[in-house]
Amino acid sequence: MATDRPTYDVAVVGAGPAGLSAAVGAAEAGLDVVLVDAGRLPGGQYWRHDDEHSTPPRSHGGRLFARLRARLHHQRDLGRLRYLPGHQVWLIDRPRPDGGPFTLRLNGPYETAPVERDRVRARALVLCCGAYDRQLPLPGWELPGVMAAGGVQALLKGHRAVAGRRAVVAGTGPFLLPVATGLARAGARVLAVCEANPAHGWLRHLDGAVRAPAKSAEAVRYAALMARHRIPYRTRAAVTEILGEDRVRGVRIDGGEVLEADLVALGWGFTPALELPLMVGAATRRDLDGSLVAVVDARQRTTVPGVLAAGETTGVGGAAPAVAEGRLAALSLAAAHGLPVDPRTVRRLRAAIRHGRAFAAALHRTYPVPDGWTDRLTERTLVCRCEEVTYGELCRARTDLGAEDPRTMKLLARPGMGWCQGRICGFAVAAVTASLTGRPATAEDLRPLSARPFAAPVTLGELAEMVDEDEEP
Amino acid sequence: MTPYGKGPIHQDLPRTADLVVIGAGVVGAAAAWFATLAGLRVVVVDRGAIAGGTSGAGEGNVLVSDKEPGPELELARYSRQVWGEDLGGYGGLWEFERKGGLVVASTPAALGALRTLAARQRARGVVVREVSGDELPALEPRLTREAAGGALYPQDAQVQPMLAAAHLLRLARQRGAVVRTRAEVVGFLRPGGRTGSPATPGGDTATPGGGMGAPAGDMGAPAGGMGAPGRDAGVPVTGVTTPHGTVSAPAVLNAAGTWAGAVAGLAGVGLPVLPRRGFVLVTEPLPPATVRHKVYAADYVDAVASSDAELQASPVVEGTGGGTVLIGSTRERVGFDRRPSPAAVRALARGAIGLFPMLASVRAMRVYAGFRPYCPDHLPVIGPDPRAPGLWHACGHEGAGIGLAAGTGKLIAQALTGEAPELDLTPFAPERFERGGADEPRGT
Ligand SMILES: Cc1cc2nc3c(=O)[nH]c(=O)nc-3n(C[C@H](O)[C@H](O)[C@H](O)COP(=O)(O)OP(=O)(O)OC[C@H]3O[C@@H](n4cnc5c(N)ncnc54)[C@H](O)[C@@H]3O)c2cc1C
Ligand SMILES: Cc1cc2nc3c(=O)[nH]c(=O)nc-3n(C[C@H](O)[C@H](O)[C@H](O)COP(=O)(O)OP(=O)(O)OC[C@H]3O[C@@H](n4cnc5c(N)ncnc54)[C@H](O)[C@@H]3O)c2cc1C
Repeated sequence: MATDRPTYDVAVVGAGPAGLSAAVGAAEAGLDVVLVDAGRLPGGQYWRHDDEHSTPPRSHGGRLFARLRARLHHQRDLGRLRYLPGHQVWLIDRPRPDGGPFTLRLNGPYETAPVERDRVRARALVLCCGAYDRQLPLPGWELPGVMAAGGVQALLKGHRAVAGRRAVVAGTGPFLLPVATGLARAGARVLAVCEANPAHGWLRHLDGAVRAPAKSAEAVRYAALMARHRIPYRTRAAVTEILGEDRVRGVRIDGGEVLEADLVALGWGFTPALELPLMVGAATRRDLDGSLVAVVDARQRTTVPGVLAAGETTGVGGAAPAVAEGRLAALSLAAAHGLPVDPRTVRRLRAAIRHGRAFAAALHRTYPVPDGWTDRLTERTLVCRCEEVTYGELCRARTDLGAEDPRTMKLLARPGMGWCQGRICGFAVAAVTASLTGRPATAEDLRPLSARPFAAPVTLGELAEMVDEDEEP
Repeated sequence: MTPYGKGPIHQDLPRTADLVVIGAGVVGAAAAWFATLAGLRVVVVDRGAIAGGTSGAGEGNVLVSDKEPGPELELARYSRQVWGEDLGGYGGLWEFERKGGLVVASTPAALGALRTLAARQRARGVVVREVSGDELPALEPRLTREAAGGALYPQDAQVQPMLAAAHLLRLARQRGAVVRTRAEVVGFLRPGGRTGSPATPGGDTATPGGGMGAPAGDMGAPAGGMGAPGRDAGVPVTGVTTPHGTVSAPAVLNAAGTWAGAVAGLAGVGLPVLPRRGFVLVTEPLPPATVRHKVYAADYVDAVASSDAELQASPVVEGTGGGTVLIGSTRERVGFDRRPSPAAVRALARGAIGLFPMLASVRAMRVYAGFRPYCPDHLPVIGPDPRAPGLWHACGHEGAGIGLAAGTGKLIAQALTGEAPELDLTPFAPERFERGGADEPRGT
């Protein structure tokens, strides 16, 4: 029945900084909102916390988060916003492709949460799906004890013990610092942060950050923490090999020196989760950091009518622009509904977004994935861990079988065909394939391994019970 | 052989060849291999990537079981033999597996119909063993216990089609063939130095060539329909034009699959090849031998032979070397729309669970779509085109192009080199649609 299944004005996917801000903003502007988030608690990656009442530390904008969460609960209690935590969107379809509402099909994440609804319907979407760790293959990266930096941080935020371990944090970008200091606080001995890019990148950046005072304060704070924990910060120091037999024993730096460690955190930036934008047919582009991101206009609209995007979905940029973009998306939907929108607010948000994005762009330029990283791969280095595809096999698919693009690579050598469906190896396969064909990777290279027909795992039983909206009474 | 090598993609084309093959799908690859083996200098051009068309978007069943007696069954039997014998020594390269097909009937009535079909197939040389309901669990332990009975077809086999296409091309290259990707045929050389142009006006040929990795299905529409006889009709074809240059050749083979109608249109001849969409659902990896045969429901044969435009689905379930289970198959005529259709995906899941109830709790990893190249009479087009001498076709194999590729390739090579083909090609003649009456659904 139609009353049983309302069509919302807007469905927001993701309750991180961008999605929270979009959902709250849209509800406050007077729209009917449903907010769907895989997490059990609001906050996304940045404001990840582990119980109902705690908040992330103030240094992480904890106050802003607390306010957004209070407004979320308030709108929910007023009945203007339906909040569905613990629900994953695995498919979005639009029965009438050129218009009409979207159907979002939902299930619980990782077989835990009972699902309250198996689908919701909405006339517009704001996609705020965030990002996950970008991983690069390296000889030995599959050894137990090697983790993605974001994974280490999630572990720390979940208060799991790492005390007594000898850790090396390596890769590139400022995100290595909170991971290193977090590890030290949790009792690990951090032998070094190995930053692959040049030193002056970071220092020059402190000047560049003047326009983003909060960020430069953060930088200074981390520098102090690094000093307090006596963590050496080594620049132009690339980990070229991870040593060990059954588990990690150490890392080799620049082909020479060995640091003995039993925990290696690798961070190479983030990869936005693009499956939902690609699923609805939104245009994408390659961002400065090499990631595939959704194209949006000055109102956060993607190229598909009725679909907006905010936060990391539109480019890795951190929590501050994500909040502003979410809000702007809400206002642009409100305006489309003929609701009053204060132009000063819009101007203020645009300025905040510009600032945040300029800062992010500077970071992306300072901390690129180092050129030539693919040269360190050996014949036997695994590139796709799920299907156990080695670099040598990719080379042969190129030289013997003629695979020139990632899609053909996938068809002929199977990278990205396994469990993670290319979430882990997609960026690397695009880069390796491009390098084997003597050209830089393009958005075209990234798309085939970023698109996923199902955004989350779903059982055949659930597929069999899928209801067609057009069939409903 | 020079390997494709690392570094930039080669785009230079030889000026001349004995045969130009348009299309690096499994059909073009098989034709290239057998023609090369027969001593011809072959150039293969594809506007996209190797196996980037339907050959990279389907399954790899090599079936005799699903065909009604008639020309397609004869071709299927012949082709199965070519896969197993001529190409048997290479089978490991493309995961050739004689796994056998098990057709399952859910009701006594369906079982009766299956038995009748099996008897007719047996009369045509198909090996088939009747299986009682009691015997099914021993053959397929996870199969539903509801089934009335079935039929086992030991000749049914499986290949990995992308690897088959890529390795057949590699083998051909080892013997001197040239393969060029991202080289779209945009016209034909005709005597008098004229480049052929499409008989049917419209954007088909104006579509830009394959972008890197773009699914071929999105690159341009088929000419469809018959079109009017073009002004070039009757004029010989003496080579092809691509953005990277021309290749002169006394013979050009149109192996452009679902897009073969548009290619024929470039030569001014009509060829009614149209897309019939199919989805395949892929599960998470399961323990080996969860599904042992290629298992499908008895009503599959009806769905294959149907000319209905509506969504048809009948379950086809098979395990792969990687442990994933592939679930086909839907058939619908909706043009080149590859967005996942909830109705089609649901039909696949329901059908598969109907055969294997344990699949209900198994997770799907992905679903993909492909476009079968079909002709109104559901028969492929194989042979020389008298309307444009020098132009040959090997296309329109619909949902059986993987299975039929090996035989098609060998027959084409025989005909090209003046040998009598081992199988009569008359039923597959390109000009049959001109005669009228051929666009009736096949079978009874
Ligand atoms: C592992 C990790 C650690 C980080 N740590 C820091 C840090 O210490 N300091 C810093 O400045 N920045 C950090 N960042 C970056 C920061 O988290 C982001 O800039 C910020 O969170 C972006 O907000 P967002 O709303 O775009 O995305 P997120 O905060 O990532 O929120 C996205 C939300 O969408 C949900 N979602 C995604 N897909 C679906 C779906 N299909 N169905 C339902 N829900 C879905 C996710 O579960 C998540 O809750 C980190 C990022 C990552 C990935
Ligand atoms: C879901 C599904 C399941 C299937 N399952 C099976 C199965 O189990 N067993 C089976 O036998 N068959 C199956 N099929 C059918 C089979 O996939 C096709 O019949 C077969 O792949 C056709 O091969 P082809 O080489 O003719 O065409 P394609 O593989 O499509 O190759 C044609 C090539 O021509 C190229 N081309 C087009 N126009 C031009 C131009 N102007 N210039 C240059 N190149 C051009 C294209 O880029 C393309 O690469 C299935 C199909 C689908 C969709």
